[in-house]
Amino acid sequence: MSDLVDTCPHAQPRPFPLERTGCPLDPAPEYAVLRETEPVSRVKLKFNGREAWLLTRYEDVRQMLVDPRFSSNMADPGYPLQFAFPMELLGKVKPALLHMDPPEHTAHRMMLMPELSVKRVEAMRPRTQEIVDECIDAMLSHGGPVDLVSMLSMPVPSIGMCELVGVPQESADLFHRWVTLLVTQGSAEEHASANAEVEMLLHQLIADRQKNPGDDLISSLLKRNATENELEPADISALVRAMIAAGHESTVNGISVGALVLLQHPEQADWLRAHPELSGQAVDELSRYSSISDHGTVRVALEDVEIGGRLIRAGEGVICSLSASNHDPAVFKDPNTLDLTRREARHNVAFGFGRHQCAGQMLVRMQLEVVFTTLLRRIPGLRLDAALDELPFKANALIDGLHELPVTW
Amino acid sequence: MRVIVDRERCVAAGSCVITSPAVFDQNDEDGKVVLLIGTPDEKLREEVLESVNVCPVAALSVAD
Ligand code: HEM
Ligand code: SF4
Repeated sequence: MSDLVDTCPHAQPRPFPLERTGCPLDPAPEYAVLRETEPVSRVKLKFNGREAWLLTRYEDVRQMLVDPRFSSNMADPGYPLQFAFPMELLGKVKPALLHMDPPEHTAHRMMLMPELSVKRVEAMRPRTQEIVDECIDAMLSHGGPVDLVSMLSMPVPSIGMCELVGVPQESADLFHRWVTLLVTQGSAEEHASANAEVEMLLHQLIADRQKNPGDDLISSLLKRNATENELEPADISALVRAMIAAGHESTVNGISVGALVLLQHPEQADWLRAHPELSGQAVDELSRYSSISDHGTVRVALEDVEIGGRLIRAGEGVICSLSASNHDPAVFKDPNTLDLTRREARHNVAFGFGRHQCAGQMLVRMQLEVVFTTLLRRIPGLRLDAALDELPFKANALIDGLHELPVTW
Repeated sequence: MRVIVDRERCVAAGSCVITSPAVFDQNDEDGKVVLLIGTPDEKLREEVLESVNVCPVAALSVAD
């Protein structure tokens, strides 16, 4: 490891994730300092002690994420793994979409993408509006205070995903129980048995749709696979599970955190209430400002590559701070200010960049547009029913979120 | 202004479609970008350049 000394400016890499002092919604303050003084810096993961490079500049992050010399292979010993995974299985089980490299990644991703195109997502908008209205009806008839997380953030993406995938009515309860477990802390046994049940459910669904195709996502994947690709039924099942795993919790958190940010900025909420037709732009800015998926976007170098004036050697890991990138003043003026009219908000990297950029981003964007405009319109007096510093933020999570969000009106 | 799309690179993220819907669409079959107007009007220049910028895989470019 002696050659590391050449490239490493610090004998002691910083423990990562960095401490978030102050408001739990703000990025770690040290990001701004690093971006100025040491935009490509050494860190050591608190999770497993692995060392990696941390990128905090927007341009460096975009450049790295489009460079084919960086891999998403989580079985590589240099990959900055940040979540628990049975080490004995690493490299033995097939990787999920998020951890594939081309050409395999391209084949699997392009199976899924036509189902999540702008047009497909727009076709889901009327039904999404109904789902959101039903959730808000339930909030109104219950009367405040209510927990926004369990009454809105969780059911909207759960019902949406269930219908998109084509889970039949009689299995909907199992599906909702499983996705709820994904976002709450159940016991290991609960997780294992729910996973096994869902595996069975998807297996049956695929077998059924092979015989009786419908107009759901699984039927479309099977149809496309029959004409274009040679994925196994197990690959289709894995693709659907990867989509749910990557998409469910993040959307739940996106609704909760976005709603909280709007409640903390009443003048911005008033603007959105008055301009629902500009909700796409508003959602871009809310995504940028809250950057709930900050440091889960990581790679490992396959060759020596220079990024931001530093040499990253083959085998070394790299962590992108999407939050630091989205608060880079070189791209976003007054980055710590929420401004729903911000023109350059579209340029945010909250959904990543490069070939792994979020597959579900058009879906999330549509869902968040409907959720926030409807919530502000139908409950104009909505307010927080707790002090900010008492809110149960999810601690040490890869994606920022809240366990509960008490609101009233 | 002439718009050039590289369908090989496109990963069907859809960003160009929401940024410049008059110029870009997605193919129903594979989700990849479809160019609706190859030589858009000058008044669309700003949004087309924005699409070029937000495309995650540099699949879009403009000539002159
Ligand atoms: C607010 C909500 C969401 C956020 C912040 C988010 C964020 C992200 C980010 C940052 C990545 C890139 C990771 C990387 O490059 O390593 C990603 C990938 C992905 N996301 Fe999302 N996501 C959200 C919702 C969704 C939804 C609703 C779906 C599915 C319907 C979804 C499906 C995926 C998939 C399948 C990938 C992997 C794509 C690939 O590897 O090609 N996400 N997401
Ligand atoms: S933004 Fe780029 S990757 Fe996305 S659809 Fe358009 S051309 Fe394809």
